[in-house]
Amino acid sequence: MSRIFRTTVSHSILIWGVLLMIVPLWLVFASSTHTNSYIYNEGMQWKIGGEFFENYDRVLNRKGGFTKEITASGIFYNSFIMAFGIASLSVFVSMMAAYSLVYFKTRFSTLFFWLIFITLLVPLELRILPSYQIVSDLNLLNSYAGLILPLSASAIATFFFRQYYRSIPEELLEAAKLDGANSWKFFIDFLVPLSKTMVAAMFIFMFVYGYNQYLWPLIMTTSEKYWTVVMGLKMIYGGNSVDRYTYVILSLIPPVIIIVFLQRLFIQGLFQSK
Amino acid sequence: MKRVQFSSYFTQYFFIAPQLAIILIFLYLPIVQTFRDAFTIQDAFGFGRYFSGFDNFTFVLSDPNYITALKFTLIFIVVITFFSCSIGLLLAVQANNVIHGKSTYKTLLIWPYAIAPAVVGVTANYFFSERLGILYNFFNGLWGFDWYDNVYDAYIYVFIAASWKQISANFIFFLAGLQNIQKSIIEASIIDCKSSFRRFWTITFPLLMPTTFFLIIINITYSFFDTLGIIDTTTIGAPSGETKTLVYKAYIDGFKGLDLGSAGAQSIIMMLIVLVITVFQFRFIEGKIHYN
Repeated sequence: MSRIFRTTVSHSILIWGVLLMIVPLWLVFASSTHTNSYIYNEGMQWKIGGEFFENYDRVLNRKGGFTKEITASGIFYNSFIMAFGIASLSVFVSMMAAYSLVYFKTRFSTLFFWLIFITLLVPLELRILPSYQIVSDLNLLNSYAGLILPLSASAIATFFFRQYYRSIPEELLEAAKLDGANSWKFFIDFLVPLSKTMVAAMFIFMFVYGYNQYLWPLIMTTSEKYWTVVMGLKMIYGGNSVDRYTYVILSLIPPVIIIVFLQRLFIQGLFQSK
Repeated sequence: MKRVQFSSYFTQYFFIAPQLAIILIFLYLPIVQTFRDAFTIQDAFGFGRYFSGFDNFTFVLSDPNYITALKFTLIFIVVITFFSCSIGLLLAVQANNVIHGKSTYKTLLIWPYAIAPAVVGVTANYFFSERLGILYNFFNGLWGFDWYDNVYDAYIYVFIAASWKQISANFIFFLAGLQNIQKSIIEASIIDCKSSFRRFWTITFPLLMPTTFFLIIINITYSFFDTLGIIDTTTIGAPSGETKTLVYKAYIDGFKGLDLGSAGAQSIIMMLIVLVITVFQFRFIEGKIHYN
Protein backbone atom coordinates (compact mmCIF):
# COMPACT_ATOMS: atom_id res chain seq x y z
CA MET A 1 0.00 0.00 0.00
CA SER A 2 2.61 2.50 1.07
CA ARG A 3 4.70 1.61 -1.93
CA ILE A 4 1.86 2.35 -4.34
CA PHE A 5 1.20 5.59 -2.46
CA ARG A 6 4.83 6.64 -2.73
CA THR A 7 5.00 5.87 -6.44
CA THR A 8 1.83 7.90 -7.02
CA VAL A 9 3.31 10.85 -5.14
CA SER A 10 6.55 10.58 -7.15
CA HIS A 11 4.68 10.50 -10.44
CA SER A 12 2.51 13.46 -9.58
CA ILE A 13 5.49 15.57 -8.48
CA LEU A 14 7.29 14.67 -11.70
CA ILE A 15 4.24 15.53 -13.78
CA TRP A 16 4.03 18.94 -12.09
CA GLY A 17 7.74 19.42 -12.82
CA VAL A 18 7.27 18.52 -16.47
CA LEU A 19 4.31 20.91 -16.73
CA LEU A 20 6.37 23.67 -15.15
CA MET A 21 8.94 23.17 -17.89
CA ILE A 22 6.59 22.72 -20.83
CA VAL A 23 3.61 25.01 -20.26
CA PRO A 24 5.48 28.34 -20.67
CA LEU A 25 6.90 27.30 -24.02
CA TRP A 26 3.62 25.72 -25.11
CA LEU A 27 1.92 29.08 -24.60
CA VAL A 28 4.56 30.79 -26.69
CA PHE A 29 4.19 28.16 -29.42
CA ALA A 30 0.39 28.28 -29.45
CA SER A 31 0.51 32.07 -29.58
CA SER A 32 2.88 31.95 -32.55
CA THR A 33 0.15 30.37 -34.67
CA HIS A 34 -2.37 33.22 -34.47
CA THR A 35 -2.68 36.50 -36.34
CA ASN A 36 -0.79 39.53 -35.16
CA SER A 37 -3.80 41.64 -34.19
CA TYR A 38 -5.41 38.77 -32.30
CA ILE A 39 -2.31 38.26 -30.13
CA TYR A 40 -1.91 41.98 -29.69
CA ASN A 41 -5.42 42.33 -28.30
CA GLU A 42 -5.88 39.04 -26.50
CA GLY A 43 -2.40 38.12 -25.23
CA MET A 44 -0.99 34.61 -25.09
CA GLN A 45 -3.14 31.73 -26.26
CA TRP A 46 -3.54 28.13 -25.05
CA LYS A 47 -5.01 26.85 -28.31
CA ILE A 48 -3.29 26.52 -31.65
CA GLY A 49 -4.48 28.97 -34.31
CA GLY A 50 -4.58 28.69 -38.09
CA GLU A 51 -1.62 30.85 -39.05
CA PHE A 52 1.20 28.37 -38.42
CA PHE A 53 2.58 28.14 -41.95
CA GLU A 54 2.06 31.81 -42.79
CA ASN A 55 3.86 33.01 -39.66
CA TYR A 56 6.80 30.65 -39.81
CA ASP A 57 7.29 31.16 -43.52
CA ARG A 58 7.17 34.93 -43.11
CA VAL A 59 9.63 35.06 -40.21
CA LEU A 60 12.12 32.73 -41.88
CA ASN A 61 12.10 34.39 -45.27
CA ARG A 62 11.07 38.00 -44.91
CA LYS A 63 13.91 40.48 -45.20
CA GLY A 64 14.36 42.57 -42.09
CA GLY A 65 16.75 44.73 -40.10
CA PHE A 66 17.67 48.32 -40.91
CA THR A 67 18.89 47.53 -44.39
CA LYS A 68 16.04 45.14 -45.16
CA GLU A 69 18.57 42.70 -46.53
CA ILE A 70 18.83 40.02 -43.86
CA THR A 71 16.50 37.10 -43.25
CA ALA A 72 16.06 34.86 -40.23
CA SER A 73 17.54 31.99 -42.26
CA GLY A 74 20.73 34.00 -42.70
CA ILE A 75 20.85 34.69 -39.00
CA PHE A 76 20.48 30.99 -38.24
CA TYR A 77 23.35 30.28 -40.57
CA ASN A 78 25.56 32.75 -38.64
CA SER A 79 24.64 31.20 -35.30
CA PHE A 80 25.39 27.77 -36.64
CA ILE A 81 28.83 28.83 -37.89
CA MET A 82 29.56 30.52 -34.57
CA ALA A 83 28.43 27.56 -32.43
CA PHE A 84 30.14 25.01 -34.67
CA GLY A 85 33.35 27.04 -34.73
CA ILE A 86 33.46 27.49 -30.97
CA ALA A 87 32.62 23.84 -30.32
CA SER A 88 35.16 22.32 -32.70
CA LEU A 89 37.97 24.72 -31.92
CA SER A 90 37.57 24.51 -28.16
CA VAL A 91 37.33 20.71 -28.14
CA PHE A 92 40.43 20.45 -30.30
CA VAL A 93 42.44 22.95 -28.30
CA SER A 94 41.36 21.70 -24.84
CA MET A 95 42.10 18.10 -25.71
CA MET A 96 45.62 18.98 -26.68
CA ALA A 97 46.15 21.21 -23.65
CA ALA A 98 44.83 18.55 -21.26
CA TYR A 99 47.17 15.99 -22.82
CA SER A 100 50.07 18.31 -22.26
CA LEU A 101 49.02 18.92 -18.64
CA VAL A 102 48.52 15.27 -17.67
CA TYR A 103 51.17 13.35 -19.57
CA PHE A 104 54.16 15.68 -19.38
CA LYS A 105 56.15 16.66 -16.35
CA THR A 106 58.52 19.52 -16.87
CA ARG A 107 59.45 22.74 -15.13
CA PHE A 108 56.50 24.75 -16.42
CA SER A 109 53.70 22.23 -15.92
CA THR A 110 52.38 23.90 -12.78
CA LEU A 111 52.59 27.36 -14.32
CA PHE A 112 50.61 26.21 -17.38
CA PHE A 113 48.01 24.60 -15.15
CA TRP A 114 47.39 27.83 -13.23
CA LEU A 115 47.52 30.01 -16.34
CA ILE A 116 44.65 27.99 -17.76
CA PHE A 117 42.49 27.45 -14.69
CA ILE A 118 42.69 30.96 -13.28
CA THR A 119 40.72 31.98 -16.38
CA LEU A 120 37.66 30.30 -14.83
CA LEU A 121 37.44 33.39 -12.63
CA VAL A 122 37.30 35.76 -15.58
CA PRO A 123 34.46 34.91 -17.95
CA LEU A 124 33.87 37.07 -20.99
CA GLU A 125 31.30 39.21 -19.16
CA LEU A 126 34.07 40.56 -16.93
CA ARG A 127 36.44 41.56 -19.69
CA ILE A 128 33.96 42.53 -22.33
CA LEU A 129 35.19 46.10 -22.96
CA PRO A 130 38.91 45.34 -23.36
CA SER A 131 38.05 42.21 -25.36
CA TYR A 132 36.07 44.42 -27.69
CA GLN A 133 39.04 46.76 -28.04
CA ILE A 134 41.45 43.94 -28.80
CA VAL A 135 39.17 42.33 -31.34
CA SER A 136 38.75 45.75 -32.91
CA ASP A 137 42.54 46.33 -32.97
CA LEU A 138 42.93 42.99 -34.72
CA ASN A 139 40.34 44.08 -37.31
CA LEU A 140 38.08 41.20 -36.37
CA LEU A 141 34.88 43.13 -35.65
CA ASN A 142 32.10 41.83 -37.86
CA SER A 143 33.78 38.57 -38.75
CA TYR A 144 33.27 34.93 -37.89
CA ALA A 145 36.78 34.78 -36.43
CA GLY A 146 35.90 37.61 -34.07
CA LEU A 147 32.74 35.81 -32.98
CA ILE A 148 34.54 32.51 -32.43
CA LEU A 149 38.10 33.07 -31.18
CA PRO A 150 37.55 34.92 -27.87
CA LEU A 151 35.13 32.22 -26.72
CA SER A 152 37.03 29.17 -27.82
CA ALA A 153 39.55 28.67 -25.02
CA SER A 154 37.43 26.79 -22.52
CA ALA A 155 38.93 26.10 -19.10
CA ILE A 156 35.92 23.93 -18.31
CA ALA A 157 36.42 21.68 -21.34
CA THR A 158 40.13 21.47 -20.55
CA PHE A 159 39.27 20.52 -16.98
CA PHE A 160 36.94 17.71 -18.12
CA PHE A 161 39.53 16.28 -20.50
CA ARG A 162 42.16 16.53 -17.79
CA GLN A 163 39.98 14.62 -15.31
CA TYR A 164 39.24 12.00 -17.92
CA TYR A 165 42.87 11.45 -18.88
CA ARG A 166 43.80 11.18 -15.23
CA SER A 167 41.26 8.40 -14.78
CA ILE A 168 42.89 6.30 -17.53
CA PRO A 169 45.01 3.54 -15.95
CA GLU A 170 48.76 4.09 -16.11
CA GLU A 171 49.26 0.60 -17.50
CA LEU A 172 47.97 1.88 -20.82
CA LEU A 173 50.88 4.26 -21.19
CA GLU A 174 53.36 1.66 -19.92
CA ALA A 175 52.10 -0.87 -22.46
CA ALA A 176 52.13 1.70 -25.23
CA LYS A 177 55.69 2.66 -24.36
CA LEU A 178 56.77 -1.00 -24.40
CA ASP A 179 55.31 -1.25 -27.88
CA GLY A 180 57.46 1.69 -28.86
CA ALA A 181 54.80 4.41 -29.07
CA ASN A 182 56.15 7.94 -28.71
CA SER A 183 54.21 10.89 -27.34
CA TRP A 184 52.56 11.67 -30.71
CA LYS A 185 51.57 8.11 -31.46
CA PHE A 186 50.17 7.68 -27.96
CA PHE A 187 47.93 10.70 -28.33
CA ILE A 188 46.67 9.94 -31.81
CA ASP A 189 46.39 6.14 -31.63
CA PHE A 190 45.36 5.67 -27.99
CA LEU A 191 43.91 8.76 -26.34
CA VAL A 192 41.90 10.22 -29.20
CA PRO A 193 39.97 7.00 -29.93
CA LEU A 194 39.46 6.42 -26.19
CA SER A 195 38.00 9.85 -25.56
CA LYS A 196 35.29 9.69 -28.23
CA THR A 197 32.42 9.98 -25.74
CA MET A 198 34.14 12.84 -23.96
CA VAL A 199 34.71 14.63 -27.27
CA ALA A 200 31.03 14.27 -28.12
CA ALA A 201 29.90 15.51 -24.71
CA MET A 202 32.19 18.53 -24.76
CA PHE A 203 31.22 19.29 -28.35
CA ILE A 204 27.54 19.34 -27.37
CA PHE A 205 28.29 21.43 -24.29
CA MET A 206 30.31 24.01 -26.20
CA PHE A 207 27.88 24.06 -29.14
CA VAL A 208 24.99 25.00 -26.87
CA TYR A 209 27.24 27.49 -25.07
CA GLY A 210 28.26 29.11 -28.35
CA TYR A 211 24.78 29.13 -29.83
CA ASN A 212 23.34 30.75 -26.70
CA GLN A 213 25.85 33.61 -26.56
CA TYR A 214 24.07 36.93 -26.24
CA LEU A 215 26.31 39.77 -25.10
CA TRP A 216 29.37 39.11 -27.24
CA PRO A 217 27.62 39.06 -30.63
CA LEU A 218 25.44 41.95 -29.47
CA ILE A 219 28.40 44.28 -28.99
CA MET A 220 30.82 43.11 -31.64
CA THR A 221 28.58 42.84 -34.69
CA THR A 222 27.67 46.26 -35.95
CA SER A 223 26.96 44.88 -39.39
CA GLU A 224 23.68 43.02 -39.72
CA LYS A 225 25.39 40.45 -41.89
CA TYR A 226 26.87 38.84 -38.77
CA TRP A 227 23.90 38.95 -36.45
CA THR A 228 23.17 35.76 -34.53
CA VAL A 229 19.88 34.22 -33.45
CA VAL A 230 19.88 35.00 -29.74
CA MET A 231 20.96 38.62 -30.05
CA GLY A 232 18.45 39.03 -32.90
CA LEU A 233 15.68 38.76 -30.31
CA LYS A 234 16.65 42.17 -29.05
CA MET A 235 17.54 43.73 -32.37
CA ILE A 236 14.88 42.60 -34.82
CA TYR A 237 11.59 42.20 -33.05
CA GLY A 238 10.33 44.40 -30.29
CA GLY A 239 7.04 44.40 -28.48
CA ASN A 240 4.24 41.94 -28.59
CA SER A 241 4.20 41.07 -32.30
CA VAL A 242 3.41 37.52 -33.30
CA ASP A 243 6.64 37.44 -35.30
CA ARG A 244 8.61 37.55 -32.09
CA TYR A 245 6.71 34.58 -30.66
CA THR A 246 7.51 32.69 -33.85
CA TYR A 247 11.13 33.75 -33.69
CA VAL A 248 11.45 32.63 -30.04
CA ILE A 249 10.24 29.15 -30.95
CA LEU A 250 12.54 28.95 -33.98
CA SER A 251 15.50 30.15 -31.94
CA LEU A 252 15.28 27.40 -29.37
CA ILE A 253 14.75 24.50 -31.79
CA PRO A 254 18.41 23.82 -32.75
CA PRO A 255 19.96 23.55 -29.24
CA VAL A 256 16.93 21.74 -27.82
CA ILE A 257 17.03 19.14 -30.60
CA ILE A 258 20.73 18.59 -29.95
CA ILE A 259 20.25 18.12 -26.21
CA VAL A 260 17.19 15.89 -26.52
CA PHE A 261 18.59 13.57 -29.16
CA LEU A 262 22.16 13.44 -27.92
CA GLN A 263 21.39 13.50 -24.18
CA ARG A 264 22.73 9.99 -23.64
CA LEU A 265 26.12 10.89 -25.10
CA PHE A 266 26.14 14.24 -23.32
CA ILE A 267 25.39 12.82 -19.88
CA GLN A 268 27.68 9.81 -20.32
CA GLY A 269 30.60 12.05 -21.19
CA LEU A 270 29.88 14.56 -18.45
CA PHE A 271 29.89 11.94 -15.72
CA GLN A 272 32.41 9.40 -16.86
CA SER A 273 35.25 11.52 -15.51
CA LYS A 274 33.89 11.56 -11.98
CA MET B 1 49.42 13.06 -11.24
CA LYS B 2 50.63 10.17 -13.26
CA ARG B 3 53.93 8.53 -12.40
CA VAL B 4 54.75 7.44 -15.91
CA GLN B 5 55.06 10.45 -18.13
CA PHE B 6 56.81 11.88 -21.12
CA SER B 7 59.51 14.46 -20.68
CA SER B 8 59.85 16.07 -24.09
CA TYR B 9 59.72 19.84 -23.83
CA PHE B 10 58.97 20.30 -27.49
CA THR B 11 55.90 18.07 -27.60
CA GLN B 12 54.59 19.46 -24.34
CA TYR B 13 54.79 23.03 -25.61
CA PHE B 14 53.42 22.07 -28.99
CA PHE B 15 50.27 20.60 -27.45
CA ILE B 16 49.63 23.43 -25.05
CA ALA B 17 50.55 26.24 -27.44
CA PRO B 18 47.14 26.72 -29.14
CA GLN B 19 45.27 27.01 -25.83
CA LEU B 20 47.92 29.37 -24.41
CA ALA B 21 47.94 31.52 -27.55
CA ILE B 22 44.17 32.03 -27.39
CA ILE B 23 44.10 32.81 -23.68
CA LEU B 24 47.08 35.16 -23.87
CA ILE B 25 45.53 37.24 -26.64
CA PHE B 26 41.87 37.10 -25.69
CA LEU B 27 42.06 36.66 -21.90
CA TYR B 28 45.27 37.93 -20.39
CA LEU B 29 45.64 40.94 -22.67
CA PRO B 30 42.09 42.13 -21.81
CA ILE B 31 42.79 41.50 -18.11
CA VAL B 32 45.94 43.62 -18.28
CA GLN B 33 43.91 46.35 -19.99
CA THR B 34 41.24 46.08 -17.32
CA PHE B 35 43.87 46.75 -14.67
CA ARG B 36 45.26 49.66 -16.67
CA ASP B 37 41.76 51.15 -17.04
CA ALA B 38 41.02 50.65 -13.36
CA PHE B 39 44.10 52.48 -12.12
CA THR B 40 44.09 55.36 -14.60
CA ILE B 41 41.76 58.17 -15.56
CA GLN B 42 41.28 59.17 -19.17
CA ASP B 43 40.51 62.78 -20.03
CA ALA B 44 37.20 63.52 -21.69
CA PHE B 45 38.62 63.55 -25.22
CA GLY B 46 40.56 60.32 -24.91
CA PHE B 47 43.98 61.95 -25.51
CA GLY B 48 45.63 61.65 -22.13
CA ARG B 49 45.68 59.02 -19.48
CA TYR B 50 47.15 59.46 -16.05
CA PHE B 51 47.68 57.25 -13.04
CA SER B 52 45.00 57.72 -10.44
CA GLY B 53 45.72 55.11 -7.78
CA PHE B 54 42.57 53.83 -6.18
CA ASP B 55 40.41 56.80 -7.24
CA ASN B 56 38.23 54.70 -9.52
CA PHE B 57 37.69 52.17 -6.75
CA THR B 58 36.69 54.76 -4.15
CA PHE B 59 34.43 56.35 -6.74
CA VAL B 60 32.70 53.04 -7.46
CA LEU B 61 32.41 51.93 -3.85
CA SER B 62 31.05 55.25 -2.64
CA ASP B 63 28.32 55.19 -5.28
CA PRO B 64 25.03 54.20 -3.59
CA ASN B 65 23.87 52.62 -6.87
CA TYR B 66 26.80 50.25 -6.70
CA ILE B 67 25.91 49.17 -3.18
CA THR B 68 22.32 48.60 -4.34
CA ALA B 69 23.60 46.39 -7.17
CA LEU B 70 25.88 44.53 -4.78
CA LYS B 71 23.04 43.78 -2.38
CA PHE B 72 20.74 42.73 -5.19
CA THR B 73 23.40 40.41 -6.64
CA LEU B 74 23.91 38.67 -3.30
CA ILE B 75 20.16 38.17 -2.73
CA PHE B 76 19.83 37.04 -6.34
CA ILE B 77 22.58 34.42 -5.93
CA VAL B 78 21.09 33.01 -2.72
CA VAL B 79 17.50 32.90 -4.00
CA ILE B 80 18.32 31.35 -7.39
CA THR B 81 20.68 28.79 -5.90
CA PHE B 82 18.17 27.83 -3.21
CA PHE B 83 15.10 27.50 -5.43
CA SER B 84 16.67 25.91 -8.48
CA CYS B 85 18.68 23.48 -6.33
CA SER B 86 15.68 22.46 -4.20
CA ILE B 87 13.33 21.95 -7.13
CA GLY B 88 16.06 20.19 -9.12
CA LEU B 89 16.82 17.90 -6.18
CA LEU B 90 13.14 17.18 -5.49
CA LEU B 91 12.56 16.17 -9.11
CA ALA B 92 15.78 14.14 -9.28
CA VAL B 93 14.85 12.16 -6.16
CA GLN B 94 11.39 11.38 -7.58
CA ALA B 95 12.83 10.46 -10.99
CA ASN B 96 15.27 8.14 -9.26
CA ASN B 97 12.38 6.50 -7.34
CA VAL B 98 10.06 5.64 -10.20
CA ILE B 99 10.52 2.54 -12.27
CA HIS B 100 8.26 3.33 -15.20
CA GLY B 101 8.78 6.33 -17.43
CA LYS B 102 12.13 7.30 -15.97
CA SER B 103 13.75 8.19 -19.28
CA THR B 104 10.66 10.02 -20.52
CA TYR B 105 10.66 12.22 -17.43
CA LYS B 106 14.38 12.74 -17.85
CA THR B 107 14.02 13.95 -21.44
CA LEU B 108 11.09 16.22 -20.59
CA LEU B 109 12.95 17.80 -17.68
CA ILE B 110 16.35 18.15 -19.34
CA TRP B 111 15.55 20.14 -22.46
CA PRO B 112 15.23 23.65 -20.93
CA TYR B 113 18.97 23.36 -20.22
CA ALA B 114 19.50 24.13 -23.90
CA ILE B 115 17.54 27.39 -23.96
CA ALA B 116 19.53 30.62 -23.94
CA PRO B 117 19.09 32.93 -20.92
CA ALA B 118 18.05 35.75 -23.25
CA VAL B 119 15.32 33.55 -24.78
CA VAL B 120 14.09 32.67 -21.28
CA GLY B 121 14.01 36.40 -20.52
CA VAL B 122 11.91 37.20 -23.58
CA THR B 123 9.51 34.38 -22.69
CA ALA B 124 9.21 35.62 -19.10
CA ASN B 125 8.52 39.04 -20.56
CA TYR B 126 5.32 37.72 -22.14
CA PHE B 127 4.13 36.44 -18.76
CA PHE B 128 4.90 39.68 -16.97
CA SER B 129 3.87 42.31 -19.52
CA GLU B 130 1.55 44.88 -18.08
CA ARG B 131 -1.69 44.53 -19.96
CA LEU B 132 -1.95 40.87 -20.91
CA GLY B 133 0.78 38.98 -19.04
CA ILE B 134 -0.71 35.91 -17.36
CA LEU B 135 1.50 36.05 -14.27
CA TYR B 136 1.28 39.84 -14.12
CA ASN B 137 -2.49 39.65 -13.92
CA PHE B 138 -2.38 36.72 -11.51
CA PHE B 139 -0.10 38.49 -9.00
CA ASN B 140 -1.87 41.77 -9.62
CA GLY B 141 -5.11 40.13 -8.54
CA LEU B 142 -3.43 39.04 -5.30
CA TRP B 143 -1.79 42.25 -4.10
CA GLY B 144 -1.59 44.95 -6.75
CA PHE B 145 1.57 43.61 -8.40
CA ASP B 146 3.47 46.20 -10.43
CA TRP B 147 7.11 45.51 -11.22
CA TYR B 148 7.51 48.77 -13.11
CA ASP B 149 7.24 50.63 -9.80
CA ASN B 150 7.72 48.21 -6.93
CA VAL B 151 11.19 46.88 -6.20
CA TYR B 152 10.06 43.63 -4.61
CA ASP B 153 7.67 42.86 -7.45
CA ALA B 154 10.55 43.38 -9.88
CA TYR B 155 12.61 40.96 -7.75
CA ILE B 156 9.88 38.31 -8.08
CA TYR B 157 9.89 38.77 -11.85
CA VAL B 158 13.64 38.20 -12.34
CA PHE B 159 13.84 35.51 -9.64
CA ILE B 160 11.18 33.42 -11.37
CA ALA B 161 12.75 33.84 -14.82
CA ALA B 162 16.30 33.10 -13.67
CA SER B 163 15.46 30.16 -11.37
CA TRP B 164 13.23 28.48 -13.95
CA LYS B 165 16.08 28.30 -16.45
CA GLN B 166 18.46 26.69 -13.94
CA ILE B 167 16.20 23.86 -12.65
CA SER B 168 17.17 21.44 -15.46
CA ALA B 169 20.90 21.83 -14.92
CA ASN B 170 20.50 21.03 -11.22
CA PHE B 171 18.19 18.14 -12.06
CA ILE B 172 20.72 16.55 -14.44
CA PHE B 173 23.56 16.68 -11.92
CA PHE B 174 21.52 15.58 -8.89
CA LEU B 175 20.09 12.63 -10.81
CA ALA B 176 23.58 11.56 -11.87
CA GLY B 177 24.75 11.97 -8.28
CA LEU B 178 21.90 9.82 -6.98
CA GLN B 179 22.60 7.10 -9.52
CA ASN B 180 26.24 7.07 -8.45
CA ILE B 181 25.39 6.15 -4.84
CA GLN B 182 26.09 2.48 -4.25
CA LYS B 183 22.98 0.32 -4.07
CA SER B 184 24.36 -1.62 -1.07
CA ILE B 185 24.44 1.50 1.13
CA ILE B 186 20.81 2.28 0.33
CA GLU B 187 19.75 -1.34 0.93
CA ALA B 188 21.56 -1.43 4.26
CA SER B 189 19.90 1.81 5.32
CA ILE B 190 16.44 0.43 4.48
CA ILE B 191 17.01 -2.31 7.05
CA ASP B 192 18.12 0.17 9.72
CA CYS B 193 15.62 2.94 9.21
CA LYS B 194 11.97 2.66 8.22
CA SER B 195 11.19 6.29 7.50
CA SER B 196 12.17 7.12 3.93
CA PHE B 197 12.14 10.82 4.81
CA ARG B 198 14.73 10.40 7.57
CA ARG B 199 16.72 8.00 5.44
CA PHE B 200 17.01 10.66 2.76
CA TRP B 201 18.32 13.37 5.09
CA THR B 202 20.69 11.16 7.10
CA ILE B 203 22.06 8.84 4.39
CA THR B 204 21.35 9.98 0.85
CA PHE B 205 21.76 13.72 1.25
CA PRO B 206 25.20 13.56 2.96
CA LEU B 207 26.34 11.21 0.21
CA LEU B 208 25.16 13.77 -2.34
CA MET B 209 27.29 16.53 -0.82
CA PRO B 210 30.03 16.46 -3.49
CA THR B 211 27.34 17.01 -6.15
CA THR B 212 25.71 19.75 -4.08
CA PHE B 213 29.05 21.46 -3.57
CA PHE B 214 29.77 21.37 -7.28
CA LEU B 215 26.27 22.65 -8.09
CA ILE B 216 26.53 25.54 -5.64
CA ILE B 217 29.58 26.76 -7.56
CA ILE B 218 27.77 26.26 -10.88
CA ASN B 219 24.71 28.16 -9.63
CA ILE B 220 26.75 31.04 -8.24
CA THR B 221 28.59 31.42 -11.54
CA TYR B 222 25.28 31.23 -13.38
CA SER B 223 23.56 33.87 -11.22
CA PHE B 224 26.60 36.09 -11.36
CA PHE B 225 27.43 36.01 -15.04
CA ASP B 226 24.93 34.17 -17.25
CA THR B 227 21.88 36.07 -16.04
CA LEU B 228 22.98 39.20 -17.91
CA GLY B 229 20.89 38.05 -20.87
CA ILE B 230 17.87 37.59 -18.60
CA ILE B 231 18.13 41.03 -16.96
CA ASP B 232 18.66 42.69 -20.33
CA THR B 233 15.47 41.12 -21.74
CA THR B 234 13.23 41.44 -18.67
CA THR B 235 13.43 44.41 -16.30
CA ILE B 236 16.55 46.14 -17.74
CA GLY B 237 17.14 47.18 -14.13
CA ALA B 238 13.61 48.49 -13.45
CA PRO B 239 12.14 50.16 -11.41
CA SER B 240 15.25 52.38 -11.28
CA GLY B 241 18.37 50.24 -11.19
CA GLU B 242 17.34 48.00 -8.28
CA THR B 243 17.39 44.84 -10.39
CA LYS B 244 20.81 45.43 -11.95
CA THR B 245 23.35 42.75 -11.10
CA LEU B 246 26.99 43.78 -10.72
CA VAL B 247 27.84 42.32 -14.11
CA TYR B 248 24.95 44.11 -15.77
CA LYS B 249 25.87 47.40 -14.14
CA ALA B 250 29.50 47.11 -15.24
CA TYR B 251 28.33 46.44 -18.79
CA ILE B 252 25.94 49.40 -18.80
CA ASP B 253 28.49 51.80 -17.24
CA GLY B 254 31.23 50.66 -19.59
CA PHE B 255 29.35 50.36 -22.85
CA LYS B 256 26.51 52.79 -22.58
CA GLY B 257 28.23 55.23 -20.22
CA LEU B 258 31.70 54.79 -21.76
CA ASP B 259 33.27 55.14 -18.33
CA LEU B 260 36.27 52.84 -18.77
CA GLY B 261 37.85 53.59 -15.40
CA SER B 262 34.71 52.79 -13.46
CA ALA B 263 33.97 49.67 -15.53
CA GLY B 264 37.55 48.45 -15.05
CA ALA B 265 37.40 48.98 -11.29
CA GLN B 266 34.03 47.18 -11.18
CA SER B 267 35.46 44.22 -13.09
CA ILE B 268 38.35 43.92 -10.66
CA ILE B 269 36.04 44.09 -7.64
CA MET B 270 33.95 41.29 -9.18
CA MET B 271 37.04 39.16 -9.83
CA LEU B 272 37.88 39.57 -6.13
CA ILE B 273 34.34 38.61 -5.09
CA VAL B 274 34.40 35.48 -7.24
CA LEU B 275 37.86 34.61 -5.95
CA VAL B 276 36.77 35.02 -2.33
CA ILE B 277 33.65 32.90 -2.82
CA THR B 278 35.67 30.16 -4.51
CA VAL B 279 38.39 30.09 -1.88
CA PHE B 280 35.82 30.20 0.92
CA GLN B 281 33.97 27.24 -0.55
CA PHE B 282 37.08 25.16 -0.98
CA ARG B 283 38.34 25.86 2.52
CA PHE B 284 35.19 25.71 4.60
CA ILE B 285 32.67 23.63 2.75
CA GLU B 286 34.69 21.07 0.90
CA GLY B 287 36.54 20.04 4.06
CA LYS B 288 33.24 18.88 5.56
CA ILE B 289 32.18 16.69 2.66
CA HIS B 290 32.47 12.91 2.63
CA TYR B 291 33.57 11.59 -0.70
CA ASN B 292 32.65 7.97 -1.13
